[in-house]
Amino acid sequence: MGFINLDHISANPLLSEVQEAMIDAIKKDYGNPSSQHKLGDQATEALDNARESVARLINCTDSRRIIFTSGGTESVNHAVKGIAWANAEKGKKHIVTSNVEHKTVIRSLRRLKMLGFKITSVPVDSYGRVNPDHVANAINDETILVSIMHSNNEIGTIQPIEKIAEITKDKNVIFHSDAVDSVGVVPIDVEKLGVDALSFASNPFYGPTGAGGLYIRSGLKIWPLLEGGVQENNRRGGAENLIGIIGMGVAADLALKDMASRINYIKTLKEKFLEELPRYIDEYIINGHPEYCLPNLVSVAIKYIEGESVVLMLDEENIAASTRSACASGSLRASHVLLSTGLEFADAQGTLVLTFGIDNSEAEIEHFLTVLKKAVDTLRAMSPLYKKTTHA
Amino acid sequence: MYSETVMDHFKSPRNVGTIEGANGVGEIGNPLCGDMMSIYLEIEDDIIKDIKFQTFGCGAAIAVSSMLTEIAKGKTLEEAKKITNKDVAEALDGLPKNKLHCSNLGADALHAAIQDYEDRKAGKPKGELKRKEAHEHNDEEKCYCPYCDTEIPEGDTVCEMCSLSTDNPK
Repeated sequence: MGFINLDHISANPLLSEVQEAMIDAIKKDYGNPSSQHKLGDQATEALDNARESVARLINCTDSRRIIFTSGGTESVNHAVKGIAWANAEKGKKHIVTSNVEHKTVIRSLRRLKMLGFKITSVPVDSYGRVNPDHVANAINDETILVSIMHSNNEIGTIQPIEKIAEITKDKNVIFHSDAVDSVGVVPIDVEKLGVDALSFASNPFYGPTGAGGLYIRSGLKIWPLLEGGVQENNRRGGAENLIGIIGMGVAADLALKDMASRINYIKTLKEKFLEELPRYIDEYIINGHPEYCLPNLVSVAIKYIEGESVVLMLDEENIAASTRSACASGSLRASHVLLSTGLEFADAQGTLVLTFGIDNSEAEIEHFLTVLKKAVDTLRAMSPLYKKTTHA
Repeated sequence: MYSETVMDHFKSPRNVGTIEGANGVGEIGNPLCGDMMSIYLEIEDDIIKDIKFQTFGCGAAIAVSSMLTEIAKGKTLEEAKKITNKDVAEALDGLPKNKLHCSNLGADALHAAIQDYEDRKAGKPKGELKRKEAHEHNDEEKCYCPYCDTEIPEGDTVCEMCSLSTDNPK
């Protein structure tokens, strides 16, 4: 069996249609969309088409509300910092977030904290879900922004975004959601969600890395992160990454068209894995919410072993997977997400994150389970923790 | 990320297991620390006749345990006491810097096992197995965040660059 990618969240392959569109775009030798000549016009048309495609994917009725970025990281930085800076008038400098955000949100907020902003981070339940009441209680007169992710990149849990949006609307606070691992993977409707800003990226739906977007509700005050020219409706300086954006547009069209069949297919892989797993290994914990969860992600804490060792062993067998263990940096940090859900430290250390893709097959899952069992047996055989329990 | 020697010892660890009737046992680390190592010794005439290990930990921790047992096997107790974590790391052609401190407990576990042997010989009551608790540093060891590689000052329990936890409402 060839190489098996069960780490799609780290990198998705580009769909062939996307590859072709991008190669075609490179050959066409597009100009700069800002230029006032035919080459520029041709580039502008391609850019606008891609913007329409991406807007359709998230049911944004006016594509001018989408700005293109270099990916999820820039989108989140732009949203969090740009909204904070533009709205910090009269000393209002309080932001609410959750304990399970991606480090892009965490570190953007840390930077704002250095600039005098105050941050409140709300806890999550054992499934990693935020209680909207906690968000409501955390909001005070100084609050300008709430930033809560749509789905979690480690455990897949999907947050009650609509409920939180009702609260922020009621309290007149801006709501940004980091939806990088959701857009193009599960249906996202910005109108229905009721968010003011939404970050996303192209790679999770099989588009190129280096291309992403930020949805900004009309009338929202937000400063640019990158100052320069008047590109992207004066909201993001710098000539657009047109080739990447064209690829993203094609990927968005396909994601919208194939969303239901992709979800169905990936769900069967995930269900097969979860059904078969107990036949191969015992004593594990499935992290994340059983219902409100990404269809393509499984986080499994395997007891008595450490995740990095498993990943290395799987790699030896040409299987890509990911772990969130602290891999031995002392008591400093296992995954903040896993610990926030109340998982024991040692169990967090043995957590494997598997993300399935449309290129995976049921036969691959079966092969993976066989290899995983071997790795787990080998590591448990040398684990003093395993021996210390009743298994001796 | 790891040297070929590390990967070799990780893939084919030497001397895995326990020794029935071991006359020296050392245990270092704890799962909270990310790594835990047990060393079993069979000592005869002050020479390490046999040595085995069990480890819960990352690739580096397993390779360190394996290499340590290779180095220690056949050594006299006096020689074995002189083995340092640095010796083990060097024999493995180096370890990534964020693995140097916590995955590198092998020599400490060996020394604890020798201490246990000597205590038994001296007729000292067998106390609780010695463990290096959550976070003690040996000389000049430093911790690095596994995510951002930032050096983490002594006493801190979270990486300042990566975490907001100090702001969390209780």
